[in-house]
Amino acid sequence: MIPAEELRARRRQDGAAEAGPAAGEGSPSPEANPPHPADAAATQVAAIDPGAVQLDTRLAGIGLPNPITSASGCFSSGAEIERFHDVADLGAVVVKSITLEPRDGLPTPRMAETPSGMLNAIGLQNPGVEAWVANDLPWLRERGARVIASVAGNSVEDFRQVARILTAVGGDTIVAIEVNLSCPNVEERGLVFACSAPDSAEVVRAVSGEAHVPVLAKLTSDVTDIVAIARAVVAAGADGLTLINTLLGMAIDPDTGHPQLANTYGGLSGPAIRPVAVRNVHQVHSALPEVPILGCGGARTVTDVVQFLRAGASAVAVGTATFVDPFVTARLATDLRRWCADRGIADLGALIGATRPR
Amino acid sequence: MSGARVRAGVVEGRDHGPVHATCEVIARRREGAYWLVSFAAREIAERAQPGQFVQIAVEAPETLLRRPFSIARVTRTGAFAGTVDVVFDAHGPGTRWLTTIDLHDVIDVIGPLGTPFPLPQRRVNCLLVGGGYGAAPLYYLAEMLLRQGLRVDMINGAATGERIMGAIEAKRLSASVTFTTEDGSLGRTGRVTDVIDEVLDSSGAGVVYACGPNPMLRAVSERCAARRVPVQVAVEERMGCGIGVCFTCVVPVAGRDGHVRNKRACVDGPVFNGARIDWDRWGVPGVPDVPAAHGGPDGPDRPDGPADAPSPPPGAQPDAGQRERGDDPLWGRA
Repeated sequence: MIPAEELRARRRQDGAAEAGPAAGEGSPSPEANPPHPADAAATQVAAIDPGAVQLDTRLAGIGLPNPITSASGCFSSGAEIERFHDVADLGAVVVKSITLEPRDGLPTPRMAETPSGMLNAIGLQNPGVEAWVANDLPWLRERGARVIASVAGNSVEDFRQVARILTAVGGDTIVAIEVNLSCPNVEERGLVFACSAPDSAEVVRAVSGEAHVPVLAKLTSDVTDIVAIARAVVAAGADGLTLINTLLGMAIDPDTGHPQLANTYGGLSGPAIRPVAVRNVHQVHSALPEVPILGCGGARTVTDVVQFLRAGASAVAVGTATFVDPFVTARLATDLRRWCADRGIADLGALIGATRPR
Repeated sequence: MSGARVRAGVVEGRDHGPVHATCEVIARRREGAYWLVSFAAREIAERAQPGQFVQIAVEAPETLLRRPFSIARVTRTGAFAGTVDVVFDAHGPGTRWLTTIDLHDVIDVIGPLGTPFPLPQRRVNCLLVGGGYGAAPLYYLAEMLLRQGLRVDMINGAATGERIMGAIEAKRLSASVTFTTEDGSLGRTGRVTDVIDEVLDSSGAGVVYACGPNPMLRAVSERCAARRVPVQVAVEERMGCGIGVCFTCVVPVAGRDGHVRNKRACVDGPVFNGARIDWDRWGVPGVPDVPAAHGGPDGPDRPDGPADAPSPPPGAQPDAGQRERGDDPLWGRA
């Protein structure tokens, strides 16, 4: 493990080298310590041409042309959004979780709107891995999309089998597997895997044992110590983390006393959870700076994306915002390019993990 | 959704299917107990078909999601080169907000969305059954059926006469129209299902289209199924995204194999074969419990706006709704 200080120092050097032209092209500085790129961002250096901004990023060893991805469960497998724009333009398409068997999901009502957010309890409705491989994967491949396949299951064996099947057929299209650990473990009285470090680790070990592509473990913030869970899944073979899943919530009809969701509880998403997600990314990145993070939770605007990057995410998944605007992922990539250009930031890498102590 | 969106006429999307557009409001008025909002949207007007819906961004406090509105009418010519009307009941914060907009305000709209009513591909008399503001898209449908030279009869029911939508239009468009109100203030006292057998007989209808509260759709579908009359209904279910990605608005519908699966009202519907909906599993009450036909159980907490008439845009995932319908020679693509 590389100490955080050293990593920061390395990144500073990398960032400075790449941000060099912005800091003063053609006038090599004799200074031994060029300005921290985060300082450059803060102190408003000269704007550069948006076309000159390098938006590409690396996430757990995967090269992405830009850091904006869909969030699992908010994009289906892309075909519905393709009606509006090319899903291959996303950094990656993180598809709706795939289970071994087809699932019809939970009864309605499945959703309740809350201030700046929404609760959902869908129940992982999906066609099952066999139908997904037959229908959705070829469609995504044809479009040239980079796919992060989200896998879910009720037992370690479920996860293992789905990962095995996807690995056999993924080719160049499935660039990573995301492990949706927010599933009830039937062998542990329905306790959610993500709430237990050993259970999470076991699932990740099973998936990593099958996968030929990087494995991202998607964690929940509904735990006492997310860093402990993060350490456990990384030790079990996770190549990166997706932070965070929805927060468990509830809404009650004040007149009838009924829960608003048929499932009683549901996952809270949307701008309401963004500060929680940014905090989790920052917390885990501070403790485990070498672990790549896909930030997720309520991002909607370019400045939300920048917050996730500064907190330590290498890429940002956009979920609920797509429900309101199917073009949001495409727009955010464009907006991010302009945001960086206006601030003279030539390379996105300069922003990643770039928070400064107060 | 607030912010820099001020200019009307900004359109994002492809040359077919749904678009995202900023639209100038050109009318907003009461229609009996309901509201009508009309906006300029050339692409949406050109592409819309009866049964489809639009998703409108609302700026009411503490709202996040768009609201679905059934398309009540479109014009494709005229000063605005294309306009879309929606008719709704202001029963939630989003729909109430829409009643406060001014002429020339700009609203943010996605559409047309969802499956349209399929049009018959052979000569058949058509019975249209509307409940409350659910009647809105049926007038648009009636015009298309008439253009094909088909006979159209209507049943239009609501709790009160004030809640009957478009009575004059109904008379203009149909060979016969039967109004029902629960308080007897207009037409026959009772519900649409009290008269459906009689009207099926008198009109010789070979197909039924219905739009309104779900309990009414169930009652109509069950009558039609018993009489072996094909029935297409535009359902209401709480929607999240309206574009097929959130899986909120599902309806249990039997496929050709008889197996019931959850279909999304926003892309697989909102128009479904009423005989294939599993109403019990969906939790829609049967006839004895049918509430008043004006939006019924929709509490103010539910994402308001008629979660009714949506369409499956071209390029959408092939889904059972269209395929199954295609099996029946009665239906062509609308």
